[in-house]
Amino acid sequence: MSEVIATDRPPEGAADRVAEFRPSLIVGEHSLCPGCGEPVALRILLETLQELGIVERAIGVVGHGCYGSFVRIMDVDVLQCLHGRAPACATGIKRVQPAAAVFTLQGDGDMVSEGLAEVLHAAARGENITCILLNNGVFGDTGGQQTATTVLGQRTKTSLDGRDPVSHGHPIRIADIVAGIDGVGYVARGTVGTARGVARTKRMVRSALETQLAGKGFSLVEILTMCPTGWFVGAPQGPDYMEQSMARAYAPGELRVSLGDER
Amino acid sequence: MSSSAATSGLELLEGSTAIARAAITAGCRFFAGYPMSPFTGLLESMARLLPGSGGVCINAQSEIEGVNMALGASAAGARAATGSCGQGIALMQEAIAETALNETPLVIFNMARNQQDYFQCTRGGGWGDYRTLTLAPKDIPEAVEHTQLLFHLADRHRIPTILYGDPLIAQTRIGVRIDPLELPPLPAKDWALDGSRGGTGHSRQIWTWAMGKATDPGPGPDRHWQAIAEKFERIGAVEQRSEGFGLDGAETVVVAFGSAAKFTAHVIEELRDAGHSIGHFRPITLWPFPGEALARATEHARRVLVFELNAGQMLDDVRQHAADRSAVLPIGGVSIHESGLSYGPLLDVPVIRERILAAMRGRRRLAARAGLSAGSRG
Ligand SMILES: Cc1ncc(C[n+]2csc(CCOP(=O)(O)OP(=O)(O)O)c2C)c(N)n1
Ligand code: SF4
Ligand SMILES: [Mg+2]
Repeated sequence: MSEVIATDRPPEGAADRVAEFRPSLIVGEHSLCPGCGEPVALRILLETLQELGIVERAIGVVGHGCYGSFVRIMDVDVLQCLHGRAPACATGIKRVQPAAAVFTLQGDGDMVSEGLAEVLHAAARGENITCILLNNGVFGDTGGQQTATTVLGQRTKTSLDGRDPVSHGHPIRIADIVAGIDGVGYVARGTVGTARGVARTKRMVRSALETQLAGKGFSLVEILTMCPTGWFVGAPQGPDYMEQSMARAYAPGELRVSLGDER
Repeated sequence: MSSSAATSGLELLEGSTAIARAAITAGCRFFAGYPMSPFTGLLESMARLLPGSGGVCINAQSEIEGVNMALGASAAGARAATGSCGQGIALMQEAIAETALNETPLVIFNMARNQQDYFQCTRGGGWGDYRTLTLAPKDIPEAVEHTQLLFHLADRHRIPTILYGDPLIAQTRIGVRIDPLELPPLPAKDWALDGSRGGTGHSRQIWTWAMGKATDPGPGPDRHWQAIAEKFERIGAVEQRSEGFGLDGAETVVVAFGSAAKFTAHVIEELRDAGHSIGHFRPITLWPFPGEALARATEHARRVLVFELNAGQMLDDVRQHAADRSAVLPIGGVSIHESGLSYGPLLDVPVIRERILAAMRGRRRLAARAGLSAGSRG
């Protein structure tokens, strides 16, 4: 961090100093919607890489979703891969460069709809990679259709009267499934809807990467992110809407931890 | 082992093992695949041999996972490969196109069941203006050579390359030597991801859209894909390979590829010994198709007979390049073993001889009936 803001006296500058702060690994403006939760998750991830001192051995694999445009603004080595296949590509990378810190950045459509097999098998192999799931319960990029994680009752462009289990099936709780697989080192679910959630999620991302660095197997952090555009709500309503819908179906917390107290 | 000159240093190896050894000799350090006959033997050989050579072999959960794992390993700078046949290669098409467009070198072993994968290998089923350089060896020793060449060409051009094998190459045994191929040195892979440029403003990126970073912009999709198309055009011109014999002034030219060409070559040698004016042409690269060489080879031919074990796939390329399109006749056909896993009864010397002779007679009769002179090709 470049500057610490003193809190023992009234601030001299404008109150939005902190909001303006951008980690040095973000090298351009993102082009996502106002109120989108994904840039917050990106910032958490990049700050954590920096804090762990692993930027120069970090390799990211980014799937297809709105976060795909981060490839232009994140100053780490990145493979932009095919929709859903990031855990497979990350496996190939990690196996030939075991010292690298390899992570994936995927959405719910990418990981849980298109790429479910890849993430489950990477988990079961205990690959030492870290998968970051940005779960907003919709295909944001293609305009708000139903994904495998859309919660019951949620209206999307392909579940117009709300997701109904009879016609649309049930949502998949991927983090819970992965947490039950042997070979998995760390699984947690966080949210970026509140400041507390952001702080907690950042600790989760750190734990996941530390699990990888310690060679303790596969790690997954599911991050609930706001998608006001895909949810058809106003940008300011995003966090509240998320608390009332997704966060109820997907309880935040650590689901599997294997690193001991040495952490 | 016998010490006679012809067999000295030869090892009796199954084709799959020989190819695996050749791949490792070529520096392959990552392999992922999903079982499918007759590719399975190569996967098993890699699983057996690669770990001892400092490499990794993964029995993937699907062909889609396998090819994407190999893509990842290649993006990180390793020589990587995958393989399958027919349906399995069909599942890989999205990723094969991706490697062409994002320029990660990749070798794909299509240990096919027959010759019905010609279009799949040479046209591909992915999106975008790309091609897949495909070598079709006629036997195991040539497959050993081609395997090494394919890793070299994949790296040199940063493209996907395919070995089009078959059951005869994968599953038979022959005395063979795995001699390292002498190939020119290649530049270091400074494009490969290793993280080292993170935070410098010039971190690396592998992306079909080639947008680059905000601090280090790339050409973007329009210019990048034009450059890719131009690259494939250049490769198409310089990488054509073929061989032939008896082509000088031959009245009949037979065209065949892969193992089938070994059968046709045998028949043509016999027919030449019997005094027929007949020559043999074998495309070694299926893409790029050796069109210029075929045009020269068929300049004086009255008939160009295409023997392939499918309903007529290479036929399109032969018609496009033969000196006289109307002289081209298919003499092959679909012929599958009852197991579905190998060739049927058409791949047999007497059958091929009969088909060639019939075509030679038929063409003459046809010409006579039309009242054409022997030299005319109407
Ligand atoms: C094979 C394939 N199918 C479909 C698409 C189209 N596509 C691009 S982004 C996307 C949605 C991704 O949704 P998600 O991963 O949840 O990301 P979000 O936009 O919600 O952040 C889809 C379906 C694609 N790029 N590739
Ligand atoms: S559509 Fe949703 S996920 Fe995509 S940028 Fe907009 S808010 Fe974010
Ligand atoms: Mg989504």
